[in-house]
Amino acid sequence: MELTLWTYEGPPHVGAMRIASSMKDVHYILHAPQGDTYADLLFTMIERRGSRPPVTYTTFQARDLGGDTAELVKGHIKEAVERFKPSALLVGESCTAELIQDQPGSLAQGMGFDLPIINLELPAYSKKENWGASETFYQLVRGLLKDQPKESEHISTAWKEEGRRPRVNLLGPSLLGFRCRDDVLEIQKILGAHGIDINVVAPLGAKPADVLRLPKADINVCLYPEISESTCSWLERNFGMPFSHIVPIGVNATQDFLKEVHQLLGMDPPTIEQGNHQSKLTWYSKSVDSNYLTGKRVFIFGDGTHAIAAARIAKEELGFEVVGLGTYSREMARHVRSAAKELGIEALITNNYLEVEAAMAEAAPELVLGTQMERHSAKRLGVPCAVISTPMHVQDVPARYSPQMGWEGANVIFDDWVHPLMMGLEEHLIGMFRHDFEFVDGHQSHLGHQGGLQNENDLPNESNTVSNEETPIWTSDGKAELAKIPFFVRGKVRRNTEKYARQAGCRNIDSETLYDAKAHFRA
Amino acid sequence: MGGATLLKESGPREVFCGLTSIVWLHRRMPDAFFLVVGSRTCAHLIQSAAGVMIFAEPRFGTAILEERDLAGLADAHDELDRVVKDLLARRPEIRTLFLVGSCPSEVIKLDLARVAERLNGSLTGGVRVVNYSGSGIETTFTQGEDGALKALVPLMPESNEEQLLLVGTLANSVEDRFITLFNRLGIKNVASFPPRQSTDIPPIGPRTKVLLAQPYLGDTARALKDKGAEILKAPFPLGVEGSKGWMEAAAKSFGVQDSLFTSTVEPLIIRARKALEPFREKLSGKLLFLLPESQLEIPLARFLHQECGMKLIEVGTPYLNREMMNEELELLPEGTRIVEGQHVEKQLDRIRQEQPDLVVCGMGLANPLEAEGISTKWSIELVFSPIHGIDQAADLAELFSRPLHRRNLLNPKVLSQV
Repeated sequence: MELTLWTYEGPPHVGAMRIASSMKDVHYILHAPQGDTYADLLFTMIERRGSRPPVTYTTFQARDLGGDTAELVKGHIKEAVERFKPSALLVGESCTAELIQDQPGSLAQGMGFDLPIINLELPAYSKKENWGASETFYQLVRGLLKDQPKESEHISTAWKEEGRRPRVNLLGPSLLGFRCRDDVLEIQKILGAHGIDINVVAPLGAKPADVLRLPKADINVCLYPEISESTCSWLERNFGMPFSHIVPIGVNATQDFLKEVHQLLGMDPPTIEQGNHQSKLTWYSKSVDSNYLTGKRVFIFGDGTHAIAAARIAKEELGFEVVGLGTYSREMARHVRSAAKELGIEALITNNYLEVEAAMAEAAPELVLGTQMERHSAKRLGVPCAVISTPMHVQDVPARYSPQMGWEGANVIFDDWVHPLMMGLEEHLIGMFRHDFEFVDGHQSHLGHQGGLQNENDLPNESNTVSNEETPIWTSDGKAELAKIPFFVRGKVRRNTEKYARQAGCRNIDSETLYDAKAHFRA
Repeated sequence: MGGATLLKESGPREVFCGLTSIVWLHRRMPDAFFLVVGSRTCAHLIQSAAGVMIFAEPRFGTAILEERDLAGLADAHDELDRVVKDLLARRPEIRTLFLVGSCPSEVIKLDLARVAERLNGSLTGGVRVVNYSGSGIETTFTQGEDGALKALVPLMPESNEEQLLLVGTLANSVEDRFITLFNRLGIKNVASFPPRQSTDIPPIGPRTKVLLAQPYLGDTARALKDKGAEILKAPFPLGVEGSKGWMEAAAKSFGVQDSLFTSTVEPLIIRARKALEPFREKLSGKLLFLLPESQLEIPLARFLHQECGMKLIEVGTPYLNREMMNEELELLPEGTRIVEGQHVEKQLDRIRQEQPDLVVCGMGLANPLEAEGISTKWSIELVFSPIHGIDQAADLAELFSRPLHRRNLLNPKVLSQV
């Protein structure tokens, strides 16, 4: 039993709903009580969809449990098939139905329908949303393709002999995925510019008939490993289709992605110079104005794919220092751990947002890249934040074109990450000018009551300076010096100085101690 | 009942379960914590319905059952004890802990009453543990509050003093206003249930007269009656007429002189009717369709018809408690179609066929209907907004006229055609 106040991921059947709702002509029969219908609002409210998810809930009640729930399920299946006329049917259970074991998938398969029926078994008491989405996509693709005759040998360079442009599938984009809608457009545009066509995009916008065409592509592009890696692996094993592993988020990753795709297709990769001119991020980051970004301490938490991508961009493309990296995706833990190891830090793998907040506070970052929950945590800590990952919030479905992937994605990322920091700098300037008459009446900070000059929390006060024998005492001279340090690093400077003072056996901290500590930690 | 036509329908439903009530109950009693014993779905439901990311540490959570909890119930009990003790150690300000049953906990027959009893025996430090079920196989949406209040009834001390007890969560401002008005009528001893602090449980006895402020409290009303209280028969305090009838029921029962009642309430009524007038103009003659969800549908339909002139196409309700709704049904116009239960697909077919001007529905259905060109009002907004009482009648009407007003603003052509 796990105490959960808030969860990053929903249950696995919500993942299945994401696949069903992303596609066309698919219907999902979900054996579930009425309360589970809340999940519709994730799509109609958060994604602002103008259509209901293609889901029929059996909405069984306690009084049904004494009778024949199997008949109830069959009635719903029959009605849904007649009403919605899907070309493929997904059948599964939510957590409660899993306990009563009606096996709705087998029931549906025994009803004599002339359409593919995919039986979904998604263990609700051990798995979560992304796993459920991945498993559903995999079962659907496998279920539709397993009887299809396989080509004798799949050659990913066959397009050359056949005298056509190479073509790829984009696999993984789904509803309630982070900026998937725009990522697909961006990748389509970039690949098109390199003479590469898109065969099928799935699950987003695909019909079961499109799934049947998947093997006609030369290779698969695995855009979101959380959702499509198992499907890509299956297609590789069974149809010999290779797939790309690099996720094109950031300039460097987009370069590497293009290189990988070109190589898989037997094409000459584009040069790095060509790529560097495609996104403004590279130049913006080089420009003198960006000097102040150097060494900014950044804390990263999100799904595996976006967290790893963010760490790479932060370090290689913006010159930040990554002081924290973590994910809530257990399935991606191994990848995130190795990415963290390369950065010389330890990965945080947890589903508990309070642990994330504690780690964030400990790391004393100047910028947080996280989910909407980290945005709230960062706000409480007075640290600027940009959102880089699901779980989705209505704000993460912007009206404007706003991809994360490809060249335009890198532009979006530069703006989204740097703008909150500019506000951080503004806060500092406001702090510097705080004695000017414009500000004496109390400036309302962008960061709520934590930011800017209101933040006196990092300054030592009487109650916490005299309480402990071991704690060094701040002299008024020391306090005055500390107050001159910008608020967003003040906490860290204070901690470092106290640490230094303890090590050096120094009881009183004055301005000289501060400078000593500064020199000590620089060395 | 007036001349309402009562139909029953069954099929796929689209309603929240009783867990959703936690969203307003935890705000009403800030010293209480609601611990759902359920699945990840339960946790996800409440956070999705409430949009709870704003809270640092919310006053509700879920003890999520895992595979090994299902394997052995004895272990599940131990596990729950552990979770509760961890929680209380972390949140010493909690005075009342509600253990809330869910669909999975009901199906595996986890006996939360026994767990609560055992915890009450072992916990020291003034925390009271009570339990109820918010499971979707037994309750819809607002019924969760019924369960939570019923669970508190045994804790009510006995009292022989005459008092008026307002039952059902009201917005604090509305509650204060009602108390002021009852005081003006000479009814001085007015208590509320649920209380604002979970430890301030009001007393109850044979001289307690209960006014139900919400229409979904059937089980609680029965439990209060068993404690000797008298349940006053009244319409619910929505709109001018409903609120007047509601207050009048108390006034009569407390022997308030007619003249005092009239002189106190009449000026409010005149003012409220005047405030209603612009909304009545907008709503009059418009077709209304209410999908079943909050159990407020029947009183709302009565208000929107009687005081705002709307035409009722269909009034859905998740379940119909005739005893509770008797006074309301009397006030509905002849031939009103009331549908108990739901077949959401058929209901949406009827909406498409009859093209109402406004549909009251849940959040899952609102945007799809809007995309089809049908204006909607979320029913969940009605359980969060201060809508009760004579003084709020215009605000209540405004909630329904806003979508129509907006539609006219965004579609000036439609306006010119009208």
